[in-house]
Parts: sequence; structure tokens; C-alpha cells
Amino acid sequence: MNYIMALSNLIIPLTFAVIILYGYAKNVDLYDNFIEGAKDGMQTVIGILPTIVGLMVAVGILRASGALDIFSGIISPLTSRLGYPNEAVPLTLMRLVSSSASTGLLLDLFKKYGPDSFMGRFVSIMMSCTETVFYTMSVYFMSVKITKTRYTLTGALIANVAGIAASLVLTNILFPS
Amino acid sequence: MLNYIWGCMILTGIAVAAATGRMQDVTNAAIESAKDAVMLCVTMLGVMSMWTGLMRIAERAGLVDIMSEKMTPLLNPLFPDIPRGHKALKHISTNFIANILGLGWAATPAGIKAMEELQKLNPRKDTASKSMCMFMIINMSSLQLVTMNILAYRSQYNSANPSEIIGPGLIATLISTIAGIAVGKFCEKGAGR
Repeated sequence: MNYIMALSNLIIPLTFAVIILYGYAKNVDLYDNFIEGAKDGMQTVIGILPTIVGLMVAVGILRASGALDIFSGIISPLTSRLGYPNEAVPLTLMRLVSSSASTGLLLDLFKKYGPDSFMGRFVSIMMSCTETVFYTMSVYFMSVKITKTRYTLTGALIANVAGIAASLVLTNILFPS
Repeated sequence: MLNYIWGCMILTGIAVAAATGRMQDVTNAAIESAKDAVMLCVTMLGVMSMWTGLMRIAERAGLVDIMSEKMTPLLNPLFPDIPRGHKALKHISTNFIANILGLGWAATPAGIKAMEELQKLNPRKDTASKSMCMFMIINMSSLQLVTMNILAYRSQYNSANPSEIIGPGLIATLISTIAGIAVGKFCEKGAGR
């Protein structure tokens, strides 16, 4: 299990080293290109700022009103039987629909529990191995006018559920509380 | 879709707050959240710029091209219906590599080109072919190795070690992709062309 944790600490420095060494070998202007790419990244973040404001406000209102607690209360008999963290359910469902809306809910859980809690770690891992299935499917299939998608949705949902289950198991094993 | 969800979230919140007498909390939450959103984006500006800057070097050095070239032969068993050397395979591998590296802006155009090429091979134009189903399932099973934005959010909320989730996240991603491939292959057998 220590290997997994070592990998976590290694992967970013390693990515840096490989890319920069490879860039050197290929005679790429390292710093100039870095700056150019970083500019793009800034523009992306500034582009999503309004989205984040809109969604964090909506989630903030929803949570302050107590609506999320009511929802969690309703489904708690089911989730406790599965051993699933109750308050992660709205996030899990939203994750499959919209990446920015789920970000709002994710940050809400970080704020409430902290990113280093069981909940914080579980949702971090879960967010890393799931995808906005419904959005992606509609963009790709609509681009070629396909209406009968056959078993695509089933397959994608099973893949995502497998990832979610794996996140829960891994959080329990690696970060015993 | 998001228009509808967003409106619903706010209206539900206000209605529930009216019922539970939490209007003051809702007012504070709205203002507080807007402020948090900006603070978060300030952290994100640094982390994301660092990552996209690095990835630009990788792209310029041809690392992305080489990786997708190396990947193409691995795709043949997954997509037996696509003729070897067909353009669709090149676009699919570019899409997968871009997804793995977390380059969303590069992944989507390549993915759409892949769908267009697959559509040319598709005998029934309104129905997804086996290759399309497999491509979409793998694409949606999440391939990204390092989710930089999650790391940025974690550090914004004062995590002692934001990157501790990379390893487990990678394993979970691998499991979801393997599950997707398995289900895709299983359904292929049951379905006709």
C-alpha cells in the first residue's frame, strides 16, 4: 500500500522531469512555450469563473436552506445499508450530469468536512475516476446524428459505478479512520 | 439541461428556507459563496497555468503525437471492426492520450473527428456501431491520470497533502476503464452488427 502513496508523491515531479528532458532533447524553447501554455490556462480559468460563481451560489443556497440535509435523510436507509457516505450522494448523481455543478457540491463537502477527512478523500478519489456521462454522450453522438446508442449508456454507467465502488474501498484501505 | 438544474437548485433552496425559517442563512450563504468562488479561482489560476504550461512543452516537443502513435497498435484488439491503419484509429488514440494527460481541449476535437470517421464505416447511420459504443464507453470511463483541478481544490481548502489522492485515483480510474471494456466486449457478443 505504501507504493500507492509513494506514487502519489512522485507523479507530478516525474511528469515535470520527463517533459522538460524530452523538450531539451527536441530543442523546444522550454520557457517560452511554458509561458504561452500558462497564458492559455489562465484564460481557461477566467472563462470558468462565472460558471463557478453561479454554481457555488446555487449550492450555497441549497445547503444553507437545509434542503440537502433533508434529501440525505430520505435516502439514508438505503445508503447506510450499502455503506455509502450519505452526504456524497447528491455529488455522485450530479457528477454524471455536469462537471461544473458537481464541482460546487464537491467544494461544499470540502468546506464542511475538510479535504483530509474520510469524506474529503473519498470524494476526491471518486471525482478523479468518474466522468460526465450524459453530457459527453450527447455531444459526441449528436455530432454524427446518432440517435440509437445501444449499450453505450449501460456500459458507461457500469464503468462509473465500478470506479465509485473502487474509490470507497480504496479510501477505507488506504486512509483508515 | 444546466439551465433547468441551476434554476431548480436555487428555487428549491429558497422554498425550503422559507419553510424552515432559514432565510437569513440563505442570504449569507449566497454572498459568502460568491466570494469563495473567486478565492478558489485565484488558487486555480496558479495550479492550472502551471499544468497547461508544462503540457504545452510536451505538445511542442511532439510527445503527444509520439504517444498516440505508440498507442494505435494497442487499439486493434479493442476495435476489431476498424481496418488497420484507418484514420479513425489515429483520432481515437489522440483522444485517449489527451484524456489521459487531462487535456480536455485537445480531447474533444479529436473525439469528434473519431466519431465522424467511425460514422463513415457505419452501415446504419442512425445507430451506434460496435466500435462507437466501445470508444464512447472507454472515453466515459474516465482516463485522466492526474486530476489537476481536484488537487487545486484540495490545496485551496488547506489539505496537508493535496496529492495523496493521485495514486488511489489512478487505481480507481484503471478499474473503471477495465470494467467499461469488459461490459463493452460482453455486450458486443450479445448484439448483432
